Amino acid sequence: MSKFYNLTKGILKENPIFVIVLGMCPTLATTSSAMNGLGMGLATTFVLLGSNVVISLMARFIPDKVRIPSYIVVIATFVTIVDLVMQAYTQSLYEKLGIFIPLIVVNCIVLGRAEAFANKNNVLESALDGIGMGLGFTFALTLLGSVREVLGGGSIFDHKFINGDGILVFILAPGAFIALAYLIALFNKIKK
Amino acid sequence: MEYILIVIAAIFVNNVVLSQFLGICPFLGVSNKIETSLGMAGAVTFVIVLATIVTFLLQHYVLNPLGIGYMQTIVFILVIAALVQMVEIMLKKLSPALYQALGIFLPLITTNCAVLGVAILVIKKNYNLLEGVVYGGATAIGFGLALVIMAGIREQLELANIPKGMKGVPIALLTAGILALAFMGFAGIVK
Amino acid sequence: MAKVESNFKNMTLTLLVISLVASAALGLVYQSTKEPIAKAQMAKINSAIEAVVPEFNNQPFEESYKVEVDGGELIFYPAKKDGQLVGTAVKTFSKNGFSGLIELMVGFLPDGSINKIAVVSHKETPGLGDKMEPKKSNFSIQFEGRNPENFKLKVKKDGGDVDAITASTITSRAYCDAVERAFKALKEGGAK
Repeated sequence: MSKFYNLTKGILKENPIFVIVLGMCPTLATTSSAMNGLGMGLATTFVLLGSNVVISLMARFIPDKVRIPSYIVVIATFVTIVDLVMQAYTQSLYEKLGIFIPLIVVNCIVLGRAEAFANKNNVLESALDGIGMGLGFTFALTLLGSVREVLGGGSIFDHKFINGDGILVFILAPGAFIALAYLIALFNKIKK
Repeated sequence: MEYILIVIAAIFVNNVVLSQFLGICPFLGVSNKIETSLGMAGAVTFVIVLATIVTFLLQHYVLNPLGIGYMQTIVFILVIAALVQMVEIMLKKLSPALYQALGIFLPLITTNCAVLGVAILVIKKNYNLLEGVVYGGATAIGFGLALVIMAGIREQLELANIPKGMKGVPIALLTAGILALAFMGFAGIVK
Repeated sequence: MAKVESNFKNMTLTLLVISLVASAALGLVYQSTKEPIAKAQMAKINSAIEAVVPEFNNQPFEESYKVEVDGGELIFYPAKKDGQLVGTAVKTFSKNGFSGLIELMVGFLPDGSINKIAVVSHKETPGLGDKMEPKKSNFSIQFEGRNPENFKLKVKKDGGDVDAITASTITSRAYCDAVERAFKALKEGGAK
């Protein structure tokens, strides 16, 4: 697999949200605005990169029977780092993402990449895979967040362009499900 | 009385799946048959209640006194992973049929955001141990409820004429959205 | 790809080493983010205080004190200019919001009248209850300059003087509840 493919496959061909359909919880919960989706995506990308690299380095030394708990500790470490750093330097985003920052540790995408890719490939490829998947995830989240923000509140990245409110349901729980449903359907159609 | 409020709020008003967005992956993955949904809900309930107890005790008797609250994520997820392993071993011995039916979804309970989510929320909401267990159990019931309702609807949807682009995940999400809309009606019944 | 045998010694050794390294790394990150986190939290409270009381040149955060009330605690932040009290910011709450906890920062002048009110946190419905935020509607402006001694802090529906937010009576009631709680505690304890 070429390095370029590794880096970009996560955006379209193997997009974790639209194609593989993993990591749904943060996707629905943190996309009430484009900024939140972007922030969540980037935080997850950091964890993906970190854990993929470390696991790829260590894979050879980990006995097979304890590999899942070992990977989990590594992932959880990076998640805690992101959590602390965001708490210190991006307080308002940290509060908006709330419980979903520690929940990155159970985002199936992260453990999934460690198991499917990082423990079988070298560090550089694993890093690219982590970044690529993270970028795809971030793209999906920002897109969904933008759709929900534009339709639901008439604003994009916190810049309002209409007076008053939009179709409020999109900022609320049902809107997340509905918007994502149509985005996936649209994505499937485009892929064909 | 407080406990009844916690239960009603956790099952209906702030349903873990339809309102808090926790446990979506198993919700989409397992909810196509009512039977498997019930089995999954049962396993998750068991894990959540146990996990709530163990993580609560660890937080209050180890993490807090030692001032290492930042280790919460690592410790909690390891506890959950260990508990799920235990449940797997137990289920294999006690009910091989259920073990087979749940298949890959059993180890996946570890990555069910609802389990870790509830453990963290119990600490954040400052519940005591009993309130935490009640909250955890009620949340799991809410999870089961959402799952079973969804399964009931999806079993019917199998027979309907769905446009090709919407088949599978999109129509499931749309259904969930309408369910979420319905559950929003419960908001405000608990002060 | 594991070349290491999965015997008991290797498994425990691996997990032990990984856990130790993880704990050490996190301990480090925790220490280096402790201060920035404290600073960020202070900055957030300070901007809420600055929004609600007149100009001051002391450190309200350092002179703050807590007051226990039924159901929780309020925090009083005295604002002084050149040693003279110019206002007291009170962080208050109400648990009766439509979706739960609402936290406000009420700025009182020394004579007990309300200067301004800022919103610290809430989970109210976008488009309805969230109109309590100053930039979303004029709801909170009606409190400015009023003294709760002769301005009844209840919605007009309940016999008070407050114009509720349209279609958000519960949120409006909770808002009044929070402000009243702050005022009562101020009167009983007195600003220090």
